[in-house]
Amino acid sequence: MNKRMTAADVVGQLRDGMTLGIGGWATRRKPMALVREILRSPLKDLTVVSYGGPDVGLLAAAGKLRRLVFGFVSLDVLPIDMHFRNARQAGAFEVMELDEGMVQLGLRAAAMRVPFLPTPVGLGTDILVRNPDLKLVKSPYADGTTLVAMPALKLDAALLHVSESDERGNCVILSPDPFFDEAMARAADRVYLSCEQVVPTAKVCGHDRARYQPFERAVVTGVVEAPFGAHPTAAVPGYGIDVEHLKAYNAATSPEDWASYRQRYVDLASHDDYLEAVGGRGYLASIPPPVY
Amino acid sequence: MSTSRYTLAELCITQCAEVWRDAGEVLATGFGVVPRLGAGLATLTFSPDLMMTDGEAYLLAEPVALGPRAARAAKVEGWMPYSRTFDLLWQGRRHALVGPVQVDRYGQMNISLVGDYARPKAAILGVRGLAGNSISHPNSMFVPNHSPRVFVSGEVDMVCSAGYNPARWPEGKVPESLVIGRVITNLGVLDFGGKDHAPRLLSVHPGVSVAEVIEATGFPLECAAEIPVTPAPTDEQLALIRERLDPQDLRATAFKGNPPGDRTSSA
Repeated sequence: MNKRMTAADVVGQLRDGMTLGIGGWATRRKPMALVREILRSPLKDLTVVSYGGPDVGLLAAAGKLRRLVFGFVSLDVLPIDMHFRNARQAGAFEVMELDEGMVQLGLRAAAMRVPFLPTPVGLGTDILVRNPDLKLVKSPYADGTTLVAMPALKLDAALLHVSESDERGNCVILSPDPFFDEAMARAADRVYLSCEQVVPTAKVCGHDRARYQPFERAVVTGVVEAPFGAHPTAAVPGYGIDVEHLKAYNAATSPEDWASYRQRYVDLASHDDYLEAVGGRGYLASIPPPVY
Repeated sequence: MSTSRYTLAELCITQCAEVWRDAGEVLATGFGVVPRLGAGLATLTFSPDLMMTDGEAYLLAEPVALGPRAARAAKVEGWMPYSRTFDLLWQGRRHALVGPVQVDRYGQMNISLVGDYARPKAAILGVRGLAGNSISHPNSMFVPNHSPRVFVSGEVDMVCSAGYNPARWPEGKVPESLVIGRVITNLGVLDFGGKDHAPRLLSVHPGVSVAEVIEATGFPLECAAEIPVTPAPTDEQLALIRERLDPQDLRATAFKGNPPGDRTSSA
């Protein structure tokens, strides 16, 4: 079995109006090579579930979003993603704004094939007011507690960036935090991985590394080799956040500047062209890991 | 008492530390330079059992000085990825010190947006984890720009964290477990310990008048007949802040112009 494919193959399997989960967290381990491939495609009207960073900003700037399910969008070191901010202020997409933990519970409900998970999170807040579809439930047990029924967030596809994978989808995340990539993978009908390197099974996931495997290969649909594929976000231990690039990205908000950013960094013939455009592999490998 | 001069940032750091007094063995999370230094100071002095992370995924065995070089040399005592952070916080084993964009008389915080929900004047972050934090564990606040724009007269534009407004709760009952700690600002220290959790002025910083604080707050504050002055940092606290926790003086950027902590005579 060989699940290797190109980024264009992945996007070719996606359809207008789909719900996509995008892994990572803010400026860490975002599958940016796959996101840029979506920008180059005619795909539209997407619902995106994300612990948001420049993935959301790029999709918003390119008009790809119909709806965003999120707890936040941030560039960490630069607190506000200006592309998200401008599109949100213009009312360019619908929002389902949730607590970060509710996003996790919604993904886990989908993963567990249950319609909802009960939680007190959200009570007393405008999350309930702004999402009138969210329902409350009363515990059927003696406590009788009123809780929020966080609905399952089912994904048509999850896009995740991992450290290494074999061609069957046995993968490892060697970064310090796996975030909620596993929950997204299990909530999704199809899971597409980008990875720093495709390597033989014995190297990717032997006894020494199996504990770094977020999920088993059976959930993986496709594997794309994309070295530095999380850039400009970090994929430690390989490389840190490219803060200078994020600054340029965040400043490119006028129509002219955005067009120029797209031309320089998005509308390119290949991922290799992108790596050259952002400074080359040597430079990227030298970006130190982030400190928070 | 201190024999030396101190800055407003240093005064606020010592007051931030106070929110973790008697907190026990919980995760101390401070967002921003001043709250983080406060957590470090509490850990090094009166609350040695606190846990802290490096802001990424590791628990630190002891507070680490601010700045990249020190952070990379940090002594790690455990793993705290975000999934574990949620597990821990839902159990209530945390006290966070957060920086809200707006706060109202019910202690409800907003970091999501300002203005109309559909077309906000300023989209900021989103509710982040404030809803789950507020219902699970105590939270305190640091507000470096005390003004009616932050301490709003009505409710905040997007209620991200649960507070003491009964109208927002099932059957009109605020859960007894809900704890909102202190609010440390550039002018003084507040809490929600008044009648029915009304906001209250606990102390004013040296050189700040009670009238100034009331003027800068969009909602009424309960005030005792005598409002004490916020105590100055001790020499021990100043030494720990300056030499151990923040030798690069990142705290100097916390307030515009890095003003003195005692503004009685522009000391």
